[in-house]
Amino acid sequence: MRIFASIRIAGRALRRNKMRSLLTMLGIIIGVGAVIGAVSLTSGATKQVEDQVSSLGESVVTVFSGNFTSGGMRGGWGSAPTLTVPDAEAIAGLKNVVAISPEVRDREQVLANGLNWNTQVLGESPDYPQIRNWTIASGSMFSDVDVRSLAKSAVIGKTVADELFPNENPVGQTVRIRNLPFLVVGLLGSKGFNLFGQDQDDVVIVPYSSHMHRITTRTFVNDILVEAASDQAIDGVQQDITDLLLTRHHSKEQDFTVRNQLELMQAVTATSRTMGFLLAGVAAVSLVVGGIGIMNIMLVSVTERTREIGIRMAVGARAADILVQFLIEAVTLSAIGGVIGIGGGMTFSWLIARFQHLPTVTPVAWIVIAVVSSAFIGIVSGFYPAWKASKLDPIDALRYE
Amino acid sequence: MQTNPVIKLDEIHKVYHTGEVDVHAVRGISLDIFPGEFVAIMGSSGSGKSTLMNMIGALDRPTSGHYWLDGIDVSTLGRDALADVRNEKIGFVFQGFNLLSRTNARENVEMPMLYNRQHIPAHEQHTRAMQALELVGLGQRADHHPNQLSGGQQQRVAIARALVNRPALLLADEPTGNLDSQTSIEIMGVFQKLNQQGITLVMVTHELDVARFTKRMVILRDGKIVTDEAVQNRSVAEDELQRLRQEQQAIKLAS
Repeated sequence: MRIFASIRIAGRALRRNKMRSLLTMLGIIIGVGAVIGAVSLTSGATKQVEDQVSSLGESVVTVFSGNFTSGGMRGGWGSAPTLTVPDAEAIAGLKNVVAISPEVRDREQVLANGLNWNTQVLGESPDYPQIRNWTIASGSMFSDVDVRSLAKSAVIGKTVADELFPNENPVGQTVRIRNLPFLVVGLLGSKGFNLFGQDQDDVVIVPYSSHMHRITTRTFVNDILVEAASDQAIDGVQQDITDLLLTRHHSKEQDFTVRNQLELMQAVTATSRTMGFLLAGVAAVSLVVGGIGIMNIMLVSVTERTREIGIRMAVGARAADILVQFLIEAVTLSAIGGVIGIGGGMTFSWLIARFQHLPTVTPVAWIVIAVVSSAFIGIVSGFYPAWKASKLDPIDALRYE
Repeated sequence: MQTNPVIKLDEIHKVYHTGEVDVHAVRGISLDIFPGEFVAIMGSSGSGKSTLMNMIGALDRPTSGHYWLDGIDVSTLGRDALADVRNEKIGFVFQGFNLLSRTNARENVEMPMLYNRQHIPAHEQHTRAMQALELVGLGQRADHHPNQLSGGQQQRVAIARALVNRPALLLADEPTGNLDSQTSIEIMGVFQKLNQQGITLVMVTHELDVARFTKRMVILRDGKIVTDEAVQNRSVAEDELQRLRQEQQAIKLAS
């Protein structure tokens, strides 16, 4: 084939007009750069969400209490007190359930050391750190014995420790909640902010039994955290919990809801996906504009080089040779533009990552998509001018001034 | 003589349909040109010589009649086949040189080989281009671009380009039209040298001075051949050049 000769001719023609070639490519460079930049940023954000969700524990199922209906007004999930500690204990007996923690939540003023701090006080089981993939920085978690004996033991988060015990080891000290002294047995490792911007370290954790009998006087829990044996077991566990609780509550209507972290993750990533598609759409428009730029320049180039086309035809170039020559020029323009665009987009997202501290990930699939679509745009926008060139009559083309 | 003609034209007609009027540019031309001939086709503008030239050059097809080039009936071929005929059988030399600008002499000469049906390896293209340039006396200028060459040198590059695919026929359309008289004679000298080496040449011109360097003159009028005769008192480029130099010398001495 004479394709290599055509590539050489095209390369020579493009080098002859460096500035014009560069400006023509600019449309594609910006288009591809925008696509890669947008995709890198949004998939970085998605990855961050996924990482955070998996740090919550991917195989965790949460049972929320049901919706409270009064005089036709429905209060939404969690408004009705329907879940009890015996429910949680029953769930613990199910297949593929490795850990459970009935959860009670409350905000309390916590005093220590002559200082005070308003924070979230959680009532949990000793399995809580395991379920949440949380480490104990010093000391230890309270035990099942503490739960049974309604012990006044507490594990505190890093923020609370910093506020109440500045420059001191909190383990072994005492904090007062509703005027009751709780012994700090452990300090949790730092977990940082969650997806919704809440400080997860701003927390005091006590045995759920102590919480329900000593701090608040509740008989119902807010929700129950359940850890399944594996990701694959989640669906089965969710179904088993639903069946079990329907039987236990003797209700026709489901007065609770069972959610897993995966659903939560999907809800959050859906937003950033939508954002990503929007950005990719804008970028795709600029790619099309870039393609129109290439077509425009190629049309100019064909008119300008009518005589050259005539000479080539006179010495024996077939119509197909001329078509391929101009097509290759267009594809070369857009492909080089695409490659520069990919580099530019990745550099841009890398800079953003550096200065804005956002994670960015450039998926290989999108690089392939960018290369293929820019080559495709080259073919589409180059075809008409190339076809026009190949249809020239050699006699007219030779006479063209 | 039993040799077959390079060009055999049989009752060639060409009619252009432009608007409502049909222009009958060529009205029945029959002509045989044999290997080793050097033919001038002459005529005033509108005589049909350009139209005839386009058909001999396989750029255009006759409306009726037959044209055999080197034994192939060109009058029935399609676009691509005509392109191949131009590539393999014909070398073109134009009035305006028609070199590719910003492309050096060697690359200009290599260009027809890019379109050869048989793939010619790059090193062979290079050697053949250099041989062709040396044949026209421009071996030292292979790296020069057209704008660095004089008109005569550019036309020599064009001749080298026409020869590089070893065609059966060299076709020149007013090759000296853009050149001064001394350079014109030099170019005719190149043609005469090539013709002595056995290359068949057909040249279109309206200048009698230039036509006198050829061996045979065909004169057209209104699309028909009116004269077809051997050239008497044929000019020889070397002698003409010498005479021109002596004249210039005489003018210098007189002034």
